[in-house]
Amino acid sequence: MNVRLYIWQRATAAIMAPLVLVHIALIFYATRQGLSAADVLSRTRGSIAWAAFYGIFVAAVSIHAAIGVRNVLHEWTPLTERRAGFCAIAFGLLLAALGARAVAAVVLP
Amino acid sequence: MHSELSVSLWRGGEDGRYETYSVPQRENQTVLDVVTFVQRHVDPTLSYRFACRVGVCGSCAMTVNGKPRWTCRTHVAKVAHGGRLEIGPLENLPVIKDLATDMRVFFEKWQEAKGVFAPTKTRHDAIAQIRPDTPARIAADAAIECINCGICYSACDTVRWNDDYFGPAALTRAWTLVNDERDGGNTARLQAIAGSGGCHACHSHQSCQQLCPQSLNPTAAIAGLKRRTVAAYLNGEITA
Amino acid sequence: MIARHLKHRGSALWLAAIVHRLSGLALAAFLPLHFLALGLAIEGEARLEDFLRWTDRPLVKFAEVALVFLFTVHLLGGLRILVIENLDWREGQKQLAALAAAVSAIVAFVFLVRVF
Repeated sequence: MNVRLYIWQRATAAIMAPLVLVHIALIFYATRQGLSAADVLSRTRGSIAWAAFYGIFVAAVSIHAAIGVRNVLHEWTPLTERRAGFCAIAFGLLLAALGARAVAAVVLP
Repeated sequence: MHSELSVSLWRGGEDGRYETYSVPQRENQTVLDVVTFVQRHVDPTLSYRFACRVGVCGSCAMTVNGKPRWTCRTHVAKVAHGGRLEIGPLENLPVIKDLATDMRVFFEKWQEAKGVFAPTKTRHDAIAQIRPDTPARIAADAAIECINCGICYSACDTVRWNDDYFGPAALTRAWTLVNDERDGGNTARLQAIAGSGGCHACHSHQSCQQLCPQSLNPTAAIAGLKRRTVAAYLNGEITA
Repeated sequence: MIARHLKHRGSALWLAAIVHRLSGLALAAFLPLHFLALGLAIEGEARLEDFLRWTDRPLVKFAEVALVFLFTVHLLGGLRILVIENLDWREGQKQLAALAAAVSAIVAFVFLVRVF
């Protein structure tokens, strides 16, 4: 860990805090209403707002989780910091790719 | 009160083992008294450190029933539940023999973290007028009474998990110097603690703060260093 | 060796840190699956609907309750860390950690009640 990674990790955490609260509220709302796939997609398809919301969320979590995983690998496995960093970058890219695909899947008309 | 204590002491080096001794229990007995009894009356080959015996030097720190403590300030009655004690050397440091550890890496990290005063004046200059009630001096004074006993370093999980990590004591000293208006080495110091092994490795477990016998708060000091290094990085004073 | 005897690791704040780390790992492991599930929408509404019906099973609902707990506890623990690192030191850290765990448990419990 160094000052640069620290800033990225804490900044993405701060950005995500309100997003997480909204997401949890949504989880409660969707499960209470018993929303079907059609209900969900009719709200998200073509929505710039949802695209922005979840787009930012995916970008932030990809960075945040990657740095977190890097720390855990460095501290709890025999991997060197450099190797832990490579694994973390790979994981971050995976999350970003799958996440962008998921956002596109629900937002694109 | 039991009349005899059952005391397990670590004997040997890294690959040693606990051996058990019987020690008479007394009123007002410290753990250091117990260790000393074993060395004087049972086994003179026991190796351990102490100096002042009264809680001002920090030399007698050992792991007592799982916690790093000053043995001269730990009353047996408070920790020997069921008449048992388990005493080992401080964790996170190489064992020399029995209860004595090699503290060189602890002091080397102190140097690497630039926990060293960098003077800006000479004896020919006027003495600096330091007010005791500025926020910076209050912060420095709250952290200055470290006597390098190693308890925080021994208690810290991040030290255990991360060989590069400077540890709570070195960083707390760096914090006192960052707050010292006479010191001229801040850029180099902040640079030193902004890299791998620096203050950002701290996860705020707070074992250091809970166990420091001087009631220092390395967690708070390190949080302060995190803020200072972020500011220094963002304004270009240091690089990552 | 000697390390197994470190009893202070049972302390509330150490436990809070471990919960924070483990919840983060669990969420990190869950996320790719979550994204793949949402990606089913590419194959059409019906495909996503089939998946949502699959998640109606009790075992999956319990897993979701656990996820809600992990998500909330990671958020609240993270906020506690941000407070330590960016605001003045405050006492009562153990109480804050306990509060974070309690609120997360309540949120997860409310979720449990609503989905069953």
